[in-house]
Amino acid sequence: MKPSSRKTGRRAQKLLRAGAAVAAALAVAGAGAGQPTAAETQAEIERYRAMLAEDNPAELYAARGEELWNTPRGPKQAALAGCDLGLGPGVVAGAYAQTPRWFADAGRVMDIEARLAWCMETLQGFSAADIAARPFGSEDHKSDMEALVAYVVTASRGYPIAPSQKLPQERAAYALGKSLFALRAGPYDFSCQTCHSQDGKRIRLQELPNLTRREDVRRAYTGWPAYRVSQGEFRTMQWRINDCFRQQRFPQPKYLSETVNALITYLAVEATGATYNGPAMKR
Amino acid sequence: MADPMKIRARLAGDVADLRVLMAHPMETGQRKDARSGQPIPPHFIQKFSIALNGTHVLEAQTGMAVSRNPVFGFKLAGIKAGDKFTITWTDNHGETRSDETVVA
Amino acid sequence: MSIRISVAICALLLGLPCAPALADDAALRTALEAARRDFEARGPAGLDRLDLDAVQTVCNRWANNPPSELQSLLQAEQLAAVKYPEGGNYLGDWKKGEALAQSGRGLTWSDGAKVATGGNCYNCHELASTELAYGTLGPSLARYGQRRGRSPDLLRYTWAKIYNAKASSLCSNMPRFGHSGALGEAQIRHIMAYLFDPQSPVNR
Repeated sequence: MKPSSRKTGRRAQKLLRAGAAVAAALAVAGAGAGQPTAAETQAEIERYRAMLAEDNPAELYAARGEELWNTPRGPKQAALAGCDLGLGPGVVAGAYAQTPRWFADAGRVMDIEARLAWCMETLQGFSAADIAARPFGSEDHKSDMEALVAYVVTASRGYPIAPSQKLPQERAAYALGKSLFALRAGPYDFSCQTCHSQDGKRIRLQELPNLTRREDVRRAYTGWPAYRVSQGEFRTMQWRINDCFRQQRFPQPKYLSETVNALITYLAVEATGATYNGPAMKR
Repeated sequence: MADPMKIRARLAGDVADLRVLMAHPMETGQRKDARSGQPIPPHFIQKFSIALNGTHVLEAQTGMAVSRNPVFGFKLAGIKAGDKFTITWTDNHGETRSDETVVA
Repeated sequence: MSIRISVAICALLLGLPCAPALADDAALRTALEAARRDFEARGPAGLDRLDLDAVQTVCNRWANNPPSELQSLLQAEQLAAVKYPEGGNYLGDWKKGEALAQSGRGLTWSDGAKVATGGNCYNCHELASTELAYGTLGPSLARYGQRRGRSPDLLRYTWAKIYNAKASSLCSNMPRFGHSGALGEAQIRHIMAYLFDPQSPVNR
């Protein structure tokens, strides 16, 4: 979609900065003499990616999230050390890579964000309404949830995506996600598939992953959640699905709803086996 | 209070590759609030400095043309393990933040 | 229109294999039930947007490839509902058409009621050679008028395509801009001029 004009100035600045970063990287890459071999080129591209990854502002959110995780908060003044993300209370490393999954205590298939909300409710005493009131942050209203998600997903870097499909509820969530992915509705008759079921297409200049192909799902899913440079914010999968529905001209999906969790389940299962290397930096 | 910076110092020989990620809105003052239509006041880092073991070694002036949550990178020679870098920024609201890292 | 009615349409058409469809009907029904539970109205985007019409129901139900009899039936119905402009006056102001072609705004929940709905053309189509930021979901429309002329038949066909793409291709990805009310007659005339006017950058 076309950016609104109020953001154009800021976006131009960001592009300038990004351009400077690329120029610097190219200068580094061009330092060697002679024609580089394919392997050398690949190594330099990897190095450039590593540089970008190191400088990802998602780290700022992850650091804040880690502090939030460890700080006693809420009406019950509890930290999240007792929160079970699926691998046992307090275990953060690798937990995100195995979501969404069925959580027997909640009786629901939950993505990582729904699970964090569950812990905030049950352990810390926050109300569901408060958590859902303004989950997607802005500069003047930082979201604690985004920071917590940044912390938790960062701790799954290098882990294989492995959401469970053992239980019938988990398979039902996948099937529902798949159906919802194809559901056409609204004034423009759009579904997720309208934009994401062909190879090599784009809207304006934005390339569109073909999410009916495993390779594309893997590439897309292992980069999210992500820091969005154009928004200057860290964004979660709940946000990603929410904003797709906005662009589809649908009504708004409720935060942490079964519909959103099912779509995340569908994508996660399709990405199974890929190594999580997010959070990435997106335009 | 502002969030802490992320600072990395990596040593290759006696040259340290220092990278600093700062958490800051970096408002230009040229944007308008979507709801009220009022200009959003400028809020950006005006200067920052780097001290090596307490000695001032670098001072930078920055402006509103720098992105939100900016990253800065430097190469400094003559560094050894155990050296301590202190980075301090000050913004146009007079707010300031200092963080440090010890070269490993 | 409900799924039940679409199944009734299917049953009305002789010789169609309606029985194997039931499993898919269940999946579609489950998805719609979840959506009705999980979505909420916001701004101009009300829950009525989840009420499927016959075209949406049939395209959903047959994964965008419905039996040809059903396709013909519904396409004819959509074509019959196309409203052509007063007095055969197809062409408006190409400059206004260009602004509409550039705009992808409107109808999202974050758009206020005052936001003018754009034509979204460049999101999916190549048009003027000077605009490089074009999408590729739809076919290129570069030099549209120059290549095809402006015969009455072509004007009528193109009008119908913009007004209701489903009248010629039932499960097309393209929205039904006139049929859905997203664009009014004047706006479609401007977009038509953008495609056909010899002075328009599309044809230069």
